[in-house]
Amino acid sequence: MADVLLSDSQKAESLSPPSAVTGGLDMNSSLGQSIRFILIQNRAGKTRLAKWYMQFDDDEKQKLIEEVHAVVTVRDAKHTNFVEFRNFKIIYRRYAGLYFCICVDVTDNNLAYLEAIHNFVEVLNEYFHNVCELDLVFNFYKVYTVVDEMFLAGEIRETSQTKVLKQLLMLQSL
Amino acid sequence: MPAVSKGDGMRGLAVFISDIRNCKSKEAEIKRINKELANIRSKFKGDKALDGYSKKKYVCKLLFIFLLGHDIDFGHMEAVNLLSSNKYTEKQIGYLFISVLVNSNSELIRLINNAIKNDLSSRNPTFMCLALHCIANVGSREMAEAFASEIPRILVAGDTMDSVKQSAALCLLRLYKTSPDLVLMGEWTSRVVHLLNDQHMGVVTAAISLITCLSQKNPDEFKTCVSLAVSRLSRIVSSASTDLQDYTYYFVPAPWLSCKLLRLLQCYPPPEDGAVKGRLVECLETILNKAQEPPKSKKVQHSNAKNAILFEAISLIIHYDSEPNLLVRACNQLGQFLQHRETNLRYLALESMCTLASSEFSHEAVKTHIETVINALKTERDVSVRQRAADLLYAMCDRSNAKQIVAEMLSYLETADYSIREEMVRVLKVAILAEKYAVDYSWYVDTILNLIRIAGDYVSEEVWYRVIQIVINRDDVQGYAAKTVFEALQAPACHENMVKVGGYILGEFGNLIAGDPRSSPLVQFNLLHSKFHLCSVPTRALLLSAYIKFINLFPETKATIQEVLRCDSQIRNSDVELQQRAVEYLKLSSIASTDVLATVLEEMPPFPERESSILAKLKKKKGPGAVSVTELEDSKRESSELNGAGERGPDQSVMAASNASTPSPSADLLGIRSAAPVSTAPAGAGSLLVDVFSEAGPTASSGAVNDDGFLRDLEQPPETSDPLLVEGSGDSDSAPPSEDPAPPLSEAEELLNKFVCKNNGVLFENQLLQIGIKSEYRQNLGRMYLFYGNKTSVQFASFTTTLNVQSKPVEPLVEGGAQIQQVLNIECLTDFSDAPLLNIKFRYGGALQNLTLKLPVTINKFFQPTEMASQDFFQRWKQLSQPQQEAQKIFKANHSMDTEVIKAKLLGLGMALLDNVDPNPENYVCAGVIQTKSQQVGCLLRLEPNAQAQMYRLTLRCSKDSVSKRLCELLAQQF
Repeated sequence: MADVLLSDSQKAESLSPPSAVTGGLDMNSSLGQSIRFILIQNRAGKTRLAKWYMQFDDDEKQKLIEEVHAVVTVRDAKHTNFVEFRNFKIIYRRYAGLYFCICVDVTDNNLAYLEAIHNFVEVLNEYFHNVCELDLVFNFYKVYTVVDEMFLAGEIRETSQTKVLKQLLMLQSL
Repeated sequence: MPAVSKGDGMRGLAVFISDIRNCKSKEAEIKRINKELANIRSKFKGDKALDGYSKKKYVCKLLFIFLLGHDIDFGHMEAVNLLSSNKYTEKQIGYLFISVLVNSNSELIRLINNAIKNDLSSRNPTFMCLALHCIANVGSREMAEAFASEIPRILVAGDTMDSVKQSAALCLLRLYKTSPDLVLMGEWTSRVVHLLNDQHMGVVTAAISLITCLSQKNPDEFKTCVSLAVSRLSRIVSSASTDLQDYTYYFVPAPWLSCKLLRLLQCYPPPEDGAVKGRLVECLETILNKAQEPPKSKKVQHSNAKNAILFEAISLIIHYDSEPNLLVRACNQLGQFLQHRETNLRYLALESMCTLASSEFSHEAVKTHIETVINALKTERDVSVRQRAADLLYAMCDRSNAKQIVAEMLSYLETADYSIREEMVRVLKVAILAEKYAVDYSWYVDTILNLIRIAGDYVSEEVWYRVIQIVINRDDVQGYAAKTVFEALQAPACHENMVKVGGYILGEFGNLIAGDPRSSPLVQFNLLHSKFHLCSVPTRALLLSAYIKFINLFPETKATIQEVLRCDSQIRNSDVELQQRAVEYLKLSSIASTDVLATVLEEMPPFPERESSILAKLKKKKGPGAVSVTELEDSKRESSELNGAGERGPDQSVMAASNASTPSPSADLLGIRSAAPVSTAPAGAGSLLVDVFSEAGPTASSGAVNDDGFLRDLEQPPETSDPLLVEGSGDSDSAPPSEDPAPPLSEAEELLNKFVCKNNGVLFENQLLQIGIKSEYRQNLGRMYLFYGNKTSVQFASFTTTLNVQSKPVEPLVEGGAQIQQVLNIECLTDFSDAPLLNIKFRYGGALQNLTLKLPVTINKFFQPTEMASQDFFQRWKQLSQPQQEAQKIFKANHSMDTEVIKAKLLGLGMALLDNVDPNPENYVCAGVIQTKSQQVGCLLRLEPNAQAQMYRLTLRCSKDSVSKRLCELLAQQF
């Protein structure tokens, strides 16, 4: 799995469309996985969160982080929130100085993930009472908990802000 | 430090993080970290047992250090200890450390798994979730082995908390993805599917990801999910914007769940149940209607969420590709988005329309937006949007708008900021459109030359080969081409590819424009030669060949050109190839007579019409379009070997000016061959086998050897199964029997079937005669050896064999006990259903024996296997979706259903057996291309055995319906 993002030879395997089904037949060789990783980076390229849903070794992770930064930061507000990335695509949105990036399959629903980012940011904002970059730095271990409540195994786990926040406050009190 | 004050911060950690942030340099940071590491290490090694809080704090610091990018080589044990803490905050840090840092081969795995096991059975939902998240994050094989059987139980147990169910569903998904063999759904299947009915929307949201994944792999087992998904979707879609409370996002009810439901449905064909289908169509219509309603909020979140559902619904509509009304509505909706002020929407509309363009129902509707799309290509700021626009133009291109689209693409290329890879593809696309829709070839020539001018660097060899092939083959465009390249070469800086095309075309057809004094022979030569010194070696080699051709075309240039060849820079060029050409051409031009020169340097013969090499290249690259992904190079070589008139790229022409010349892999203009290409038989309508060239070479005791095999062409429509045969003339002294050939033996069909999947064996045997067959096939050609063995001790007299297409007599006498051999060369001109008939007559004793068999030549013999990845397969499969392109048969197994036996047969069939394409490993999927002289027919096959019922379902999809039908008939007899 580790080199799926990196090697072209695996393109076929890793890019299989989820809807490659045809009249009367249903065939799909690969198990589509939605989110490959979630990255939060600031404009300078410092990583504030990296959540990986595939196995990468540390060098590959570093390379991906740099590439994503390079791809995303050159785009301006008039551009789309989507950018092709190797055999995948990055759905990203900028909040102040932070870029929230989700890497998904090319066939995945762009707008759904774009709003998943926003949903996540609203939860962070509520949880940290007007979140800022430093909250993510000092409470990095809590951010992981928030992520796991909302995304798990590369899929969306929970979308209700009310439910997530209730759970987080409950955990906070333990 | 704004954040530290909040909640239960670990003060020591906050201080440490602040310290790191305050470090002025990398060195200072490292120093501070090393100090901390030393401190932590001493604490961990210290005699005093650490309390849970301190342990948590230090482990968390280590984690922070690791996340900064430093190696951590201790602390794992302490982290594992935290797992057994009863405090959530300590446990959480322990699990986090392990999720981020642990590698699966760690010896701690056993301890970790133990802790997880305890938490899973704790009945404390918080701890259970932590444990499940850890499994989902690590997802190692060891964890799958330990927990794959436990998690489904947690997932479906009645007393499991909702949040735990959510985590369990996705945890199971992760394990299924990493170790599918260990996750056995079996008994849980139905209960998992019914999670779609769960009243907790979060559970449904999580479970549906699992169900979608499992459905992709086991569609049949999970197909009950379709009706459940439709009713769930229907309830969401028809709910008011506030009904779903927590799950309403900016006035849109459950957008993510809706998308996931629509995506799950894309794993299946349209529901068969009318009621379910009706309900679904209603949902889709409601979604389309909502897009027209005024927005309930001005926030972009509202419209994004709404449109996320809309795009997913459109994907489903396109996937079904069966509701013209919905398709056209979808297209109109996307059309509105094309002009939307949101770049995201314009981008997505272009992308989605691209797939709509390939549906027959919406192709025309898509075409109406051509002006908007062209405008997007010109004005969009984001290059990715422009690329989508170019893709869409390509998809909507047909004969009616090709000129406009190609022109727009060319002018886009002129201004495009090149990102190399993308542009390469685009250039190829322009070339393809130009060729595919070329109605007049001067337009084609213009387009390609423009392409070379604008984007010469990105024009691959195939593109300029192809333009030359076309010019050579169409005499109506040669003069125009010569004029056009001549003009193009006037540009002070022209691309080397242009020089190549120019050199080649002027060398061949310069005479066509030589009448005009402005392009007199000498002007042409000087123009070409002015580019010479700037060109690479292969181009120079090509130019030298153009020069020698000039000498033939225009004797008046001879002196000038000889002068050029004679100069040191040519005749002593350090490049062997150039030097050799210069020397040989100089010699040739000085010693050969005009006649010899004219013969040697004759105009190139037309290239055999073949599939465009550009198309082939694109297919290789991308996989769409026709199936043929065969090795072009191979086919060239083989066809020239067998056919005598192989295709040659301009660079592969045989250099015959001198036998001594080394064959050069580089471009060469001279395509002179010692013999004119053997003309293959005219492809008479429907004629099946021409060129059956038989060569009777008796082996064993028969004496005379007839090795002057020759070609004879004879046409006979294959439809005539009535064997009114043209007989090969026998020798006069062995008058052939005059009786009509017998009708085919009753078992002829059965005998034929034996050879569908094999090439060698005994075709026929009775008391007198045994007929053996050996055959081999390549591309559209085949060679068959027939062995006629006399089993008796008596001579067979007047032995003749006749094919209903053509034949050459065999040796008329077959001695007792002897065997004679007959060779048939076979060329498949077009697809066919009836096998050729072979009639054999001879006298045994006094009695005339008359016997007619079907020659085991079946259409599948001309298969070229085609390996393809699953996505290509599906795309192709989908393209072949017209009902008549498919042939299907369900039949009872007549032979062993053993996997190896079936595989051997499928391989014998000649197609490529594709692994890992069909989600059901029991099924077989094959792909191949039937090569005939007139066309290539792409074929896809799927064979679904049902061992219990001892039945098969066989499905064929071919680009030609008669082939699907015939193959299906043939194959149904084989299994």
